[in-house]
This record gives sequence, C-alpha cells and structure tokens, in this order.
Amino acid sequence: MDKLNVIRRLAVVATLLVAADGFAAGGGAELESSNIDPDNISSLQRGARNFMNYCSGCHSAQYVRFNTIGKYLELSEEQLVENLMFNAEKTFDTIQASMPTKDAARWYGTAPPDMSLMARAKGADYIFNFLKGFYLDSESPTGVDNLVLEGTSMPHVLWELQGYQKANYSEQTVDGVTSHVFEGFDLVTTGSLDSEDYDEFVRDTVNFLAYIAEPIRSERRKLGVWVLMFLIVFWVIASMLKKQIWKDVN
Amino acid sequence: MARIEAEVGKPQGGFMKWIDDRFPFTETMKYHATEYYASKNFNWWYVFGVLAFVVLAIQLITGIFLTMNYKPAAVDAFASVEYIMRDVEWGWLIRYMHSTGASFFFIVVYLHMFRAMLYGSYKKPRELIWIIGMMIFFVLMAEGFAGYLLPWGQMSYWGAQVIISLFGAIPGVGEALVEIIRGDYSISDITLNRFFALHVIVLPLSLIGLVFVHIVALHEVGSNNPDGVEIKENKGPDGVPLDGIAFHPYHTSKDLVAIIVFLMIFSAVVFFAPDMGGYFLEHANFEPANLTATPEHIAPVWYFTPFYAILRAVPDKLWGFILFVLAVLLPVFLPWLDRARVKSIRYRGWIYKSALSIFVVTFLVLGWLGTMPAEPVYVLAARIFSVLYFAFFLLMPYYTTIDKTKPVPERVVYHG
Amino acid sequence: MNEDDVDRIDRNRRHFLTVATAVTGAVGVGFVAVPFLSSLKPSARAQALGAPVEVPIGSMQPGEMVRVLWRGRLVFVLRRDENMLALLPDALNDLRDPNSLVIEQQPDYAANDTRSVKPEYLVVEGSCTHLGCAPLEDFEVRPAENWGGGFFCPCHGSKFDLAGRVYKGVPAPTNLRVPPYRFVRDDLILIGQDTGAA
Repeated sequence: MDKLNVIRRLAVVATLLVAADGFAAGGGAELESSNIDPDNISSLQRGARNFMNYCSGCHSAQYVRFNTIGKYLELSEEQLVENLMFNAEKTFDTIQASMPTKDAARWYGTAPPDMSLMARAKGADYIFNFLKGFYLDSESPTGVDNLVLEGTSMPHVLWELQGYQKANYSEQTVDGVTSHVFEGFDLVTTGSLDSEDYDEFVRDTVNFLAYIAEPIRSERRKLGVWVLMFLIVFWVIASMLKKQIWKDVN
Repeated sequence: MARIEAEVGKPQGGFMKWIDDRFPFTETMKYHATEYYASKNFNWWYVFGVLAFVVLAIQLITGIFLTMNYKPAAVDAFASVEYIMRDVEWGWLIRYMHSTGASFFFIVVYLHMFRAMLYGSYKKPRELIWIIGMMIFFVLMAEGFAGYLLPWGQMSYWGAQVIISLFGAIPGVGEALVEIIRGDYSISDITLNRFFALHVIVLPLSLIGLVFVHIVALHEVGSNNPDGVEIKENKGPDGVPLDGIAFHPYHTSKDLVAIIVFLMIFSAVVFFAPDMGGYFLEHANFEPANLTATPEHIAPVWYFTPFYAILRAVPDKLWGFILFVLAVLLPVFLPWLDRARVKSIRYRGWIYKSALSIFVVTFLVLGWLGTMPAEPVYVLAARIFSVLYFAFFLLMPYYTTIDKTKPVPERVVYHG
Repeated sequence: MNEDDVDRIDRNRRHFLTVATAVTGAVGVGFVAVPFLSSLKPSARAQALGAPVEVPIGSMQPGEMVRVLWRGRLVFVLRRDENMLALLPDALNDLRDPNSLVIEQQPDYAANDTRSVKPEYLVVEGSCTHLGCAPLEDFEVRPAENWGGGFFCPCHGSKFDLAGRVYKGVPAPTNLRVPPYRFVRDDLILIGQDTGAA
C-alpha cells in the first residue's frame, strides 16, 4: 500500500469521524434538525434556566452537579444559587426532581425519566421535536398526545409558551390499505411566545440537555487537538529514525 | 531448537553479568529480539500483531483503573459508570480509551487474521500458531461480550438476554446451561457479578497466557512474509537467513512508526468521536437497563454482527445456533482446507484471488446486515451471503487444488 | 567525503534520532501518566461528601461531649466545664508536647494553652495518633493516679489530656489532631473550614 493511498484513507477516516461525533438520533421518523450550538454559552444559560423552571419539577438530572454547570456556564456562585438552585442546599448537590418519584409514577402511570443522559440516548433532534410535537387529543388523560412519542404520559408543560396545536391528518389509500398521514399542525390557542421564539426556547433547552449529557465534550475536543499535534511530531521523528536504521537493508 | 549457551556476546562484568548468571536475560533478548530474524520485505499488513499487543496493554491498564471506581452490582453499575465519566478526575478519558480500545481490538485482530489469509501464514509449519490465534479470538469474543454487560444499560441487558438464550437451543442440556451461565432464573445482579469476575480476571489471564504461547510458537518456526518464502532455507555462512533482518532494531523501529500512526487514529476517535455514530457506544446503552421494556432494535455490538447475521438468516433456533458456531469455528481448519502449494496470494491464481475478494465483501455485507432489522429483504440477503461465507471454506479444498499458481521465487522480493 | 565519513555521519544521525525518539516517547508517557495518576485523587463525589459539617452547640451542657463524622473521621466536640479548664495546666510536666510545637497537629489558632479557638470548646479528631483507634472518654478525676481527666486509647494504652495533648511514656507520638474549624455563630461550629462563608 503506497503512501498516497494511506493518506487518502486517513483523510476519509478523519472526515467520517468529524461527522460521527454528533447527537445523532437513534433512527426512526423524519425529525427536524435542532441546530443546537454547543459553544453558545448564553443559549446554555437560558437552557439551564428553562430546565430548572419548567422541567426539574418532575425530571431529575441525578448525575449533574450544580457547581459543574455553574463553572461551565460562567456563573458566579450567587447567580447559580439565585437562578438555578431552588430546593438544593449545596452547590455540589446534584439536580433532583421536586416531585417524589413514587408519587409521579402513581399519578402519571410511569415515572418521569431522568434527563442526565437523554440527549445521548435519544438524540437532541428527538427531544427538540418532542417538545414541539404536543397536540390536542380529547381522549388522552392529559388532554394531549405527542407526535414523536405516541401515548406519552407527559402533559404539555410548555402550553403557556407555545399554546395548543392540533394535528391534521389526511387519508391516503395505497394498494387498498388506508392510512392516516400526518400533514402538519395548526395552532388553536396562542401562547406567550410566537413560533420562532418558542423554537428558540426549545432549542436552548435542548442545547442544555445536550451539554449535561456529556459536560466534558468541549474539553475533550480541545485536548484532542494537542494530542494529535504531539503524535504528529512524534511520528515525524520516529519515521526519520526508522529510515535511518533501514538504510543498510538492501 | 537448542540454544547455544556461548559466553560470547554476553556481558563480562558488572550488573548485567549478575543478572545473567541468575536469569536468561541477554539470552532471551538475543533469541527473541536482536537475533530473531524476520524477512526484510514485510509490508504494512505485518503491523497488526504488534498493534493487537498494544491494544491489549491499553485495555489492561485502562481496565485496572476502571475497576477502581466501577461497582459490579445491578443497583450501582450504571451510576458508577456516570460517576467515572463525571466525578472521577480524568475518568471520562479512561472510560473512552477502554470503550474505543474494545472496538479497535477487533478491527486490529480481524486485519491481523486477514493478513494470514493473504499470505498463507496458517500453512505448515505455522498451523499451531493459527490455532492458538483462533483460541485468542474466541476468548476475545467472550471478553467483549462479558464486558458489554457491565455498564448495565438497555443494550447491555437485552443484548445479553438474547445471546445467552441462544445457548438454550442446544438440545437436552441447553436450558440447564443457560441457567448455569446466568446463575439465576433470568439475567440479574448475580449474572452481572460473575461476568465482572470473568471480564476482569478469568478472561484477561487466559488472554495473556494465550498471547504468550502464540508468540513462543511463532518464534519457534519464524515469521512468514508477503512472498510466502521460507527465509530459513537460504542462510549465509554465519547461519543468518540471507533475507532476514534482526527484529531489533529493524522491525522494532518500523513497528514504532506503525504504533504512532495507530495512536493517531485511536486518539482521533477517543477525543473526537468516541460514540462513533452509535457503533462504539450504542445510543440505547445510555439508558439504564429496564427489565420491562425491550429496546426497539436489539443488535449485538458491531464486531459480532457478521456472525449474528448468519444466525438470524436460519429460520430455526437450533440450526441457526449450529451454523453460528460453525461460522466462527470454520476458520480454524484453514490450514487443512487450503490445498494450494503456495502460501502467498502473490503467487496464487485468479480463482483464489476471486474467492478471497468475495469473502471480504461477504464478511462486510454480513456485518452490515447484522445491524439491520430483520425485514424480509435483509433476511434474504443474509441467506445468500451466508451461503457464500460457508462456500469460501467448504469449497476451498476443491478450488485451491485446481487453482493455477505461479512459481514462487527462491528469495523474497524486496525493492528497498 | 569518503566511506568512513558517511558511516560516521550515519551513526551520529542514528544516535541523535534514537535519543530524540526516546525523549519524545518519554514525554508522551509522562503526559499519559498524568490522567491515570490524577484519577486516584479524591473524586468530585468524595469532595462533596467530604464537605464541612455543621455542629450546633447551643444546647450543650458543660462537661458534655458530642461526636460527629467529618470526611468519614470521628471528631469530638467537648464543652469543657470550669473544673476541666482549671485542671489543664497541672499535667504540663507529664506531657510530651505541652506547647503544641508539632505544627501539623493543629492550625495556628489552636496552638495555645487550651488548643482551641474558644477556651470552653475543644474540637479534636477522635483518632489516636499511634495507630488510629478511637480513644475513649475518661473525664473522671483521680488525684491518686495523677489523672485530671482526658482520653484513654484502649488499643495500646495511650493517654491524652482534656486539650488532646499526649502524655509521655505512651506509644502515641503526638497530640490529637485539631481539624480546621470555625465559629459561624456562637451556637454553631463548622468543622472542615476555617475561612470564608459557609
């Protein structure tokens, strides 16, 4: 295998790797891209506030410590305590849900899952579409269902912001089989945010969830650059040594 | 082979003499390194052995540090992995090195095995090296399987459930065997604990022992080379093969370059794509094991998928299991299935070259099919390619006999 | 240039490159060792669990002792009564380190006659400085034995006075350790931290 081929192959590998390190969804329906920007600290700060205010009532993030978030989001201890810590006492505490799990399981039929790793399990796009996918359903105990997760026990927590939408279906018959095809949503009740602002709200929240799923992501990528640079230098020196030693082989 | 116990070339005084009087240090260095002669025409297919050794070292070291913080109990396991990822200083790096290392172990080992198929390195007198190597492969598969249960995620649990249930297909003893493996009536905390013992102690020790004898067996007969020429048949007046060069410093310096390139690729994955799109760290495994809910789509880790595809292609539980085992075992017999008079693909005819190419494609396609859901079109494809897989081995005595080979040179081909 | 010169240059170059490779490799190994060795340090969870502990002392009676755990270690909080405080100077001649000269055993605010921030309250680790057993209370004054009260370690017989100072002639080498602590309020001690806000 000659050198050019080796370099070509390494280039392919490199491209694939960069593409592979994303919050890819675990397969399934067409999902709108969440377009999160993990390096946008303000978005993450808003997302943290959103999560604590709207989600942490029921959902814990039991592996995440407040002081870790505070440090990464560049918050002072006062800002952290005032804006994000409601029930927790110490900054090293982890994010617990306000609602006791047993009660939640009884009331909703299933315990609200922990959010620490949800973005890695389901993907940022999935959660983004989920939070935008609630629609009115009179037969559901919560009054809503969700396009992304049919039969979800979760109520539309963000209804005040998004409003309520209904789902439109059309009937399509293919080869004698009639199916309902989703056509889109119509907003029935308006919320306090317009569609763009609501998208932004959800995007910030999902961005935060993606961050807590792997807080070390940003640091590991920075470190990787240094490691590769060191290895390139090492490779050059070792290659020169190899050539020198092999000079007397004929 | 008797070793000449000459005093020539050994240290005459000082610290090294004290050691050598009590331990065969210099002797061993000579026999295995500075006076072990391997062919000068090695190409880059020949680095995967030492790379496998490097990955083994990486897994052992990262594994030790992981066991310092991991808890092998069903209630704690998942949380302890997150503890390592978030609370233990640099724990994330140690974890990613271990998970990436597991996948790279199989990439390297598959390429290492393929080299043997390219150059006939399993042929006489190297059959035993090949058999020991296949045993290493079996132990490695068990090691990977046991390790994958440890994070106790959804895929860990359900993947283990499916694979262990397979053994129930064995008539008569199947069910009892499954219960013995699990240690319980279903996969539980008990199973986790014993798989931890297997993964951390039993299998690594076996692996180390097998690698040791693998190398001893190799050094006894000497390495093969891309031309399949036995270099020991042409020795100079000093007893050194004319086409041979000392392992140290020639092959060691070359291997060092290969190791560094390997580390670059390895680091690129660890630091930039440890999930590898869900193939190295599967998405479903970021959810803790839920005994009441099977994930939508269970597949074993990528390195088992070719064999899994064969298993699923058979519409019968027992026969699927039998063919699965056969698929893994068949390569052991290559030294005897391959009837060609030449070792290296460089001197084989078009029949073998085609067969091997088809085999490579088959293996890769089966691997891909193993990741797909069991829909009819994929099952049909898996059946076709399974036939091709078995045909490669079972028809080999025939097509390697009729294959027209080229004359093998006396000396290796080296262009410097 | 003749052949010998070429050989010499080759050998020198080879030697240089070998050293360069070895040094780079050693540096690499050093870099890699850092994460592994660092992982052995107390983790974020250990640090969280090892956080300072609050001890309310408002309802403690004179002569009463409270035991708490800080970082998994036993700490005694003793409210010394007048008698105990009065007897403190008597034992000085029998003590190995009466003036707390071994600085590792107490913060400087406890290197005084009562080994404490406030004379009334003794805060000391309940770990014998011999081999770590938990000493027992022995506050009964026995003049016949020259014993003014203190702590007695059952493992090998070491004795400490009511300021945690070690007696001569016992296996323990140093005074009982005083942990960092401070008074958050008059009725609240914080063990494990001596500066800043709680």
